[in-house]
Parts: sequence; C-alpha cells; structure tokens
Amino acid sequence: MVDTVSNAANTPELMQPWQKLGLKEDEYLKIKEILGRRPTAAELAMYSVMWSEHCSYKSSKVHLRQFGEKQPDSDVLLVGIGENAGVVDIGDNWAVTFKVESHNHPSFIEPYQGAATGIGGIVRDILAMGARPIAVMDSLRFGSSDATDTARVLNGVVSGIGGYGNSLGLPNIGGETVFHPSYAGNPLVNALCVGVMKHDQILTSGAEEVGDLVLLYGAATGGDGIGGVSVLASEVFDETASTARPSVQVGDPFMEKLLIEATLEMARANLIEAIQDLGGAGLSCATSEMASNGTGGMRIQLDSVPLRDNTLSLEEILMSESQERMCAIIAPDNLNQVLEICEKWDLNATVIGEVTDSNSLEIYWHNELIVDVPPRTVAHEGPVYQRPIQRPAEQDNLINNSTSSLKKPVNGDEIKSDLLKLISHPNLVDKGWITEQYDRYVRGDTVLAAPDDAGMIRVDRKTGKGIAVSLDGNGRYCKLDPYLGAQLNLAEAYRNVAMSGARPIAITNCLNFGSPEDPGVMWQFAEAVTGLADAALEFDIPVTGGNVSFYNQTGDVAILPTPVVGVLGVLDEVGKRINRVYSTSGSKVYLLGETKPELDGSIWAEIVHNHLGGRPPAIDFAAEKILARCMRNFSAYRIAEATHDLSDGGLLVALAEMVYDSGIGMRIDLPDELQTSEMLFSESSARAVVVVSEFGDNAFLQLCQELAQPFSYIGEIDERIDGLLVTDLFAISQVEILSCFSSPLTT
Amino acid sequence: MTTRVGVITFPGTLDDRDAATAIALGGGEAVPLWHKDKDLNGVDAIVLPGGFSYGDYLRAGALASVSPIMDAVVDSAKEGMPVLGICNGFQMLCETGLLPGALTRNENLNFICRPELITITNTKTSWTNFFQPNTELLIPIKNGEGCYQISDEGLKNLEAKGLVVARYNNNPNGSKNDIAAICNEAGNVVGIMPHPEHAVDGLVGAGVDGLGFFWSIAGVTV
Repeated sequence: MVDTVSNAANTPELMQPWQKLGLKEDEYLKIKEILGRRPTAAELAMYSVMWSEHCSYKSSKVHLRQFGEKQPDSDVLLVGIGENAGVVDIGDNWAVTFKVESHNHPSFIEPYQGAATGIGGIVRDILAMGARPIAVMDSLRFGSSDATDTARVLNGVVSGIGGYGNSLGLPNIGGETVFHPSYAGNPLVNALCVGVMKHDQILTSGAEEVGDLVLLYGAATGGDGIGGVSVLASEVFDETASTARPSVQVGDPFMEKLLIEATLEMARANLIEAIQDLGGAGLSCATSEMASNGTGGMRIQLDSVPLRDNTLSLEEILMSESQERMCAIIAPDNLNQVLEICEKWDLNATVIGEVTDSNSLEIYWHNELIVDVPPRTVAHEGPVYQRPIQRPAEQDNLINNSTSSLKKPVNGDEIKSDLLKLISHPNLVDKGWITEQYDRYVRGDTVLAAPDDAGMIRVDRKTGKGIAVSLDGNGRYCKLDPYLGAQLNLAEAYRNVAMSGARPIAITNCLNFGSPEDPGVMWQFAEAVTGLADAALEFDIPVTGGNVSFYNQTGDVAILPTPVVGVLGVLDEVGKRINRVYSTSGSKVYLLGETKPELDGSIWAEIVHNHLGGRPPAIDFAAEKILARCMRNFSAYRIAEATHDLSDGGLLVALAEMVYDSGIGMRIDLPDELQTSEMLFSESSARAVVVVSEFGDNAFLQLCQELAQPFSYIGEIDERIDGLLVTDLFAISQVEILSCFSSPLTT
Repeated sequence: MTTRVGVITFPGTLDDRDAATAIALGGGEAVPLWHKDKDLNGVDAIVLPGGFSYGDYLRAGALASVSPIMDAVVDSAKEGMPVLGICNGFQMLCETGLLPGALTRNENLNFICRPELITITNTKTSWTNFFQPNTELLIPIKNGEGCYQISDEGLKNLEAKGLVVARYNNNPNGSKNDIAAICNEAGNVVGIMPHPEHAVDGLVGAGVDGLGFFWSIAGVTV
C-alpha cells in the first residue's frame, strides 16, 4: 500500500526505519516538527538522503562559511558558492566554471565504476552551469604501492577515469597520483572538470516561473546507487563493505556524451530556464533544490518517470542515483523544440511535473499525494552540527619529532644515492603509465598536459586566450599542521599555474578527511578550512566552490588529512605558455626564491627514513606573488625557455625531472650555501627553476631586480654532458635518470 | 575549386571538430554531415572521424556502419570517392566491408594515447599522395582497440598488392605486420588508426606531420 500524506497524518504512531536510513533520532524528530506529522515513507527517504553528510554538509557548513565571509573583493566572480559550480570571468565575454568532486568510497568498492561515475558526475555539474565541458583532471591517492590491494584499486580507477572521460571526448590534462599507507582502505578519487561559455549563457538551478514544465531527460531510472549517499558516504567503512556493492552506480559515457550535446544545443537556443543534474540523492535532490532555489513550489508526477526496472518502489525512484540524467525547467512554448532536440540525439525526455506557487514540493504517485514538504527544509535547511573539536594529544609529539635527528647524506655519493631513491619511488616516478591511458588531444585545444606543472586549454582560437589549471594536495604537511598545510597546498597549485605564465584567478577545493565524529579529525578540518580561507584572502583570489568528503577512515584510523586544491589561471596568449622542457645548450639555469633547511614533512623524510614529523615549510605569500609575477613577465616577454616549480623532493628532483623531460644534459655549479643535503632536498616554498637563453638573460636579470625576486645562478644547459652533473658532488647519466623514472608504480 | 570534405558526426563521435580543423588547415573546406542524413550534400570526399560512436557497444564501429548515411558513403566509395576513416572511422570501414580485417583490443588491453612514429608505405592513395615513399611521421595514437587483425590469406593479399599505407616503427598494439593504415585496391578508401588530425598544429598537438594527409586530399602541391 502506498504511504500517502493523509495516511501519514492518520497513523502518527507507525514505526519508521529512520535509523536504517542513516538518520539520527533528533533529525527524525525535527522532520516531524517541520511537517507537523510523521513523514510518509517517500518523505522519509528524501530527507534521509538530503540530510546525509554528503548532501547537507551538516558537519562542515559552520566552517565552510569562512570561504564566503573571507572572500576577497573580486571582480571576476560571476556565480559564487551555492550553485552547481562557481563561474569566473576571464575577459572577452568568456566565463569559466570549474569544480572538483570526490568519489572516494564508491571507488574503493568498485574502482572502475566508482571512478567512471565520478567523472560523469562532475562533468554534469559543469554542464548544468550552461558550460561546454572542455577538460578533466584527477587527483588520486592509493595505499602503498606494494600493498596487496593497491594494484586492484589503481588499475580499476585509472581505467574507469579513462574509459569514461575518453568516451566523452574530454582531454585529461593532468592531476596527481600519490601512494601512502593511510589510503589503503580509503583511496581518494577527486575529479575536476572545467567548462566554458559566454557570459549570457550561464544557467542556474532556480525554477522561477509558475507553469514552467519540469523535464527529465537522459537515461531511464534504475536501481543503481540507491541510498548511495546515505549508506556509502556517511558510514565508516568496515568488513561489511562488500555487501554494499549495489550502491555503486554504473556509468554509460555514451549516454552522457549525448546528454552534453543535447543540453548544449537546447541551451544555446535559449530553451532552458533552469537546469540541474541528477547526482547524489537523484530526483530528491534535483526537485527540492530547483524548487527551493526558485518559486519554492513544484508538482511532480513520480509515476511518469521512465524506469528501466519496473519493480522499483516509489521511494527507490526518488533516491535512485542512476547516472546520465538531467532535469530542466522548460517554458511550455519551448517544449516541442526541446523534444525535437532530444529526439535528434536519441534521448528519452519526459515532462514529469510543473513549477507552482504553492511553496511546497508535492509529489504524486498515480494521483495520490505522497510528498508534501517545504522544499527549503529538504534542500537547504538540513541539520547543522557544531561538531566537537579537539587538537589531538599526539600532535605535539608529532611536531617535536623533527627531522633534525635523521641521518642526512653528507657526501656526493650519499646525496646521489638518496636522489635515486626519490626518483625511483612511485610517488615521484613518471606517471606515463597512467596518463597514456587518457586522451589528451581530443578537441584540439590542449596546450599543456601532464607532466607539465599545470594543464592548459586554449579557449578562444581567434585570440589565443586560454586557461591553466593545477590540482594539488599534500597530506603530509596537513597531518603536521592542517592550517599551514592547506595553505601550502594552495600555494603549490597557485605556483604551478603561475609556472605556465598564467595569472591565477580562482580557487576550488575538495576536502578529504576522516570521520567528523572524531574531534581530532574535526580539528584538522576546521584548521584546514581556516587556513585555506585565510590564504585565499592573502592571494586575493576567490574560492568559487568546493566539496567535502568525510568518513575516509578504516576503523579508528583516518587518512592523512587531504585537502586538494585547484587553482584556475588565465593566459591571454597560449602561444606564450612555458613548460619545463628546454632545448638550447648554453642556456643558463637559475634557482628563484630562497632555500631554507626545511626537511620536516618532506618526501625525502618519507621515502628515505619513513619519517613524518616536525613542522612543514614556512609560507610566504608575498614571495609567492612576486614569483608568479615574474613568471607572467617571463611568459609575456618570452624571457624564459623553461620553468619548473619546486615542490616534492626540492631542487635535485626538479632538476632531474627537467633533464628527463628535455633529454639534454645540465651542468650544475651550486653556490656554497646550497651544497648540503638539507638545502638540496628542502621543500621551501615559493621557489622555481628557470632556464634562460642568452637572448633573455639581460631582461631576466633586470626583471628579477625590479620585482625584488631573489635568485641564484646555478648552472648551464650543456649538451656535452650526459644527464645531470652537479659539480663536486655527483653525476647521473641520462640512462640512470631514465631507468629511475621508469620504475613501476606497483609491485 | 576548394575540395569540400564531409565530416560525419555519429552519436558518440569525438574528433569531428578536430578533423574539420585539420581539413581547413590543409586547404580544404570541411562540411559537417549528420549520421541520419541520407545524402552527402555534394561533397568531394569524406572523413569518418574518431571517437566512440554508439559507445563502441556491440563492436567498435559496428552500429555506426549501419547508420542511415552509410549507404551513401559505401556507394560513393565504390564509385571512387575518397574516404578516410580515422581510428573509430577505420573500424567503421572494416565493419562495412570497404576495407578488410578488423581492429581488436590492444595487446596490453589498455587504452594508449601517445605520439608514435609511422612510416608511409603507399603514396598512391587519395590521402597520402603528398608524401614521398618511406616518409617517417610522428602521429598520436589514442585508442583501446587498435590491434589490426586479418586472416593470413588476407594479409598476403594486402602485402602483395601494396595496400598497406603505413606501418608503426615500434608496434604499440600488436597489429599484424605493424600495420597502422591500409587502403582498398582503388586507393580511394583509407583506414588509419593513428590520428593525423591531431598532428596539424604544434601548439596543441603532436607536431605537424599529419598535415600531409589533408594536403593530399585538398590537392595542394609543392
């Protein structure tokens, strides 16, 4: 029997499975209070998914507010936090939207589909802004490369990202892959998508006009991913995880490609009033958010939703996370044209309801009212928690356990031996095995892609205007100091974008943490968010959106706190981009920025000594900004032949990477103060290597002087040298470098 | 007269835009065609672009090969119209029977995207007449099913008649006899697994070695 609204009113004492659906008792009571009666089964299903951590941000909301409150004055922000994705102005009437989202839990259970649908979901978010998706990136974390399960997860995730993204015709332009034991039971799969449109093509999700039609189009609704958001993203993982398999959605990239083309054809013909993708919480989310963002009223005939499984209950239809579906608000006059476009692309399209002024989301099942709720209470007025925050007791021990007592390499042979260890380690080797499984060429506008410091896409073929994006995280730094660590993550992404010559203009993030019910984890989270918000203010660029993934822990052990930060930059002429490949023997090699003996939290400490302790490198916002300004000028005036930022592994690793990519030898003559291992493996921030040809040298020196950019001359490109020669210390041949960087990712 | 080259978009086609760009850079005029069209809009030649038409469901290229427009493509090809099938387009040409053999999963079972060196071994086709014999080209491959397979007898026939158009210098996918591209006996229909349309602009592709295919069809001479 269908549990109708009137039935609910008449049977107040009926026991309901709120606990099984992941609701807490006070949350259930709050629902009763809002409705003035018990919820129907359908209403309960909706609230349970929409009030889940994943959809409601109930633990993170109080902290995330800082991104809005500390927003720097910005003239580039066109759409801010709260819509499917933020939108920024890049000039010439172009608007860019970008966002990262996690698909961590599904990717552990079923790596291929988990990762594939992660790409699918973020691409639909970008599409829902009215933008043409133009590129994807991914930030991945796996357990140790030699752990038994890593190969399964890694292979599945990489083929899932490739299988889905390649089929959509979206170039994959970079990202990162990191191995660490803490991610063994909780891999991180964070997918970023970037899209472009003209200013007047921006779409939002508010259904504003009474009488407009609610159109559901794309795939038919099936039984996949039901309750995925509440079951998967809100419970700590344990051995029972394998039973959760049906909760992972199954992707159909072909359908998504059709969805992209059909949606953009409708949007460009101005046939869409508002639009929302169906992702987490499916129809429950789309209908309640669109109503809540608009007039506040909507009437839906749930029985008109096309199904691919006729045995689904109405609650399951409401909660299903079947992929490749979109919901658009269409003016009645435009319906025929919209249906024609859907037919052209062989897509199912069904009117499932209309916009009303009732201030209520009413859902009918064969003419019986089964949902009658104020949509705001579902979509936006979910519970908000001030979770307890407690700096972990062991944090002091962690900080006091610095690298000062570790044995450092003292002579050339020892330094070389450590360098070889670093560049043979899965975290630093060539990731070509992964990136070659992704299409980087499609759409014909990819200017830079992995392993370049940032990915770059040409946006305007006439003017050459383009965008650069980098996506970076560093769990080690964040474990030691989540506030500073998050700032260093942002600084690295900012610097990577700057390396290409682009001007950083916007930030997005994906915050991956353990259980919010653990006060220690909550402390990490609060610190990281505050750090990021403060750093955005210092860099003077806005945070345009983000995503939170909690419960990344196995038992009591949480992952390293891993905020992943994306920075978007703009370059007026992509032809002036710089990468890390040099070609001219005789060009000079400079180190920009100041090096301090900062080895705490470094990848050297991790790889050579399996050590994590001390304080991460200091941050200097002014120095980062000056460095970025230098890079912009190097690009604009074509002063630099190659640039590469210094991060994991410090100077020697950066030089080895440049030699590896360029294939021409390099002779390094270090100034005395840089000749110690503390300086050579230091990860001091705000640094870069710049290669300058003889034609650029005067301008280079003049510019550094003008901008007060610290620099040291450290050597020369020299084709007579085989590989990397560091005078008085060591030499590594091209063959050695090649064999190290070609080491396998997993054993 | 500018050569008008039709670029057919199927559902799931991805490299149509890139093919059109390459045709224009090569001196031709790209004419977009839709797979549900019945006629070819008077074009002089056809490119079947890369991608995952119909999601590669059933078999790569199989469903696209029976799209409404393909009747006209097959008829015109038999009458001598130049047709270039790139990647997924090559798979379609094999499915229609215009070219022999089939493309199967890469030897390592992974999708592979990287520039590969190939050598042009037949310069008599409509799409390779610009090249000198044995020219080496750097052209990106990007596919999961690029392993060219054919019966021993069919292979013998291809080799005997000189129908192999290009070979990989370092076979990346297990293709028989390192085959990267083949043509029909008339030389008007060419199927190629690497993507010459992604080697026409050094800023955004792998060099410019692919331009020769589009110069060939546009009738550019030097």
